[in-house]
Amino acid sequence: MNPREWPLWEVFVRSRNGLDHKHCGSVHAPDPTMALQMARDVYTRRQEGASIWVMRADQIVASDPEAKPEMFDPAEDKIYRHPTFYRLPDEVNHM
Amino acid sequence: MNATLATPATTSAELQYLLRIGDSSLILGQRLSEWCGHGPILEEDIALANVALDLIGQARLLLSVAGELEGRGRDEDRLAFMRAENEYRNLTLVELPNGDFARTMLRNFLFAAFQVPLWDGLRVSSHAEVAAIAAKSAKETRYHLRHAADWTVRLGDGTEESKQRMQGALEYLWPYTAECFTATAEDQEVTSAGFGVAWSTLQPHWERTVLPVLEQAGLKVPARTPFVSHGKQGRHSEHMGHLLSELQYLQRTYAGNQW
Repeated sequence: MNPREWPLWEVFVRSRNGLDHKHCGSVHAPDPTMALQMARDVYTRRQEGASIWVMRADQIVASDPEAKPEMFDPAEDKIYRHPTFYRLPDEVNHM
Repeated sequence: MNATLATPATTSAELQYLLRIGDSSLILGQRLSEWCGHGPILEEDIALANVALDLIGQARLLLSVAGELEGRGRDEDRLAFMRAENEYRNLTLVELPNGDFARTMLRNFLFAAFQVPLWDGLRVSSHAEVAAIAAKSAKETRYHLRHAADWTVRLGDGTEESKQRMQGALEYLWPYTAECFTATAEDQEVTSAGFGVAWSTLQPHWERTVLPVLEQAGLKVPARTPFVSHGKQGRHSEHMGHLLSELQYLQRTYAGNQW
């Protein structure tokens, strides 16, 4: 990273009715305080948000796209991992 | 200019008082929108446009009420776009050119710090609509204040150049803050009617907000001078006419045109 440029922050916004924070983009800012303000001004202008998280993009540890076959493909044929083989009693709704 | 335009058409204290508030928001909103596309970074460009739109929103609401009070059928657009310069009642502070980013931010800070106690005072206005506008606007202004105070400290307490620019901005703007608190007959009248709050009483609150931030920013507060500007009496600086020619151009050219 060019030391003269502000670092990148990833922005996560929880919508008014949402339960979880969802990634919605990124901003450049010199520190956490300003990153939050920038995120507020850029990503919650149209009533999108009730809460914001920001985190330094370089603090995210990401899986290697090249490693996708061994990371994710083996789960493809393990249908028994989905809890769809149990009969649920009628009283248990909304699972 | 024809003679009827040059004569201030409105006289009641309440009307003048509302125009002072609405026009100050309108003119600063116009000034800040000059930054659109020129902000130092994309995020700040959007932030400045947000503030500008908040201010123009405040102006729309207040000018609508002013138009009703006046009772001459002028709506927000007629008032915003079709008055002569000496009918605008905004503080001179808000019509001054933006200058650099430091001056723009410092002015936002000084003005938001003034608006906060103003909205608080107006929340209990005898005019229900004005009270509601104040309650809504207070939230916007608290964010403007936070945003601008943050930049004031960052730049004042930043590099040698940013500090120098902030100090220069303070020396340029400071004399114009005196006008915010001068007593007028209108203030007295609207206060005794329970309509509004006298601006002269807002100074202690303003200083409690402004001085600690300036100190934190490491800025030297200039001494007060006898200079007082008179924008709120309709006597504006040489910058106002240029601002209005841009603000009014479309409505002057295509009167009554709408989006």
